[in-house]
Amino acid sequence: MTRLRLRPRHGLVCRQAVELVTDYLEGALSQTQRRRFEAHLIRCPDCPEYLAQIRAVITLAGSITPDDLTPRMRGEFTTLYYRWRADEARDPQ
Amino acid sequence: MRAGDEVAFVELAGKYQGAMLSVARGYVPSGAVAEEVVQDAWVGVLRGIGRFERRSSFRTWLFRILVNRAISAGARERRSIPMDDMGPVVDASRFDAGGNWHVPPEPWADQVDDKVVAAKIAARILAAIGELPLQQREVVTLRDVQGLSSEEVCAVLDISNGNQRVLLHRGRSKLREVIGSEFGSMR
Repeated sequence: MTRLRLRPRHGLVCRQAVELVTDYLEGALSQTQRRRFEAHLIRCPDCPEYLAQIRAVITLAGSITPDDLTPRMRGEFTTLYYRWRADEARDPQ
Repeated sequence: MRAGDEVAFVELAGKYQGAMLSVARGYVPSGAVAEEVVQDAWVGVLRGIGRFERRSSFRTWLFRILVNRAISAGARERRSIPMDDMGPVVDASRFDAGGNWHVPPEPWADQVDDKVVAAKIAARILAAIGELPLQQREVVTLRDVQGLSSEEVCAVLDISNGNQRVLLHRGRSKLREVIGSEFGSMR
């Protein structure tokens, strides 16, 4: 991530704000940085939408249900399980 | 699972298979080897489950076993964070000379609330995650798809929190772009 020099007196511009979105969501900004970021969001007509889109990406990614196993893999895992059971029965830990 | 039946095991394996393959792929030279590593990790899980003491979460434990197996199978040590993908996450041409939006993002975030739209887009996001550079894919898969915490991801992948955030930032930003153009084409 490009290290951004935050200009104390002028506040953030959008190009800087978009680079801080993840650190903001992760709670990794210092208090000063966070205040500046939030001040920019209030002022800017477009960056709130950008932030909302990143949040939407996170929601969408979280909604993915893992693909069902293919029948071949299902078979392999079942075999794996029974082989383990057999090993356990022979050599209990 | 401690009581043990194969249906529960196969279900559990299915739940983590995609993420495990994606992580294993970061250490070994081919998809085929990654599959072997994942299987090998499950053998380790079955053997160790009786001794699993819940000092860490099951997921962290599972992925740690995976990464350890992958490293020993794996030919290569964990690479450092590649520096070839370190430009800005939004193309510079979208901003004016003062650094403010010249071409602002087309709004679509609120459309995700629509379940039908979200389902349509979810398929696309899965493919887009698959196209991310490896380390970004690992972090996004573990954090955003599997729901691990940042601490868990750092422990599993043995990376610093700072690096984890960089990878997450780049990964999510690319996904945003892909989804944005998907909405653009739906308009």
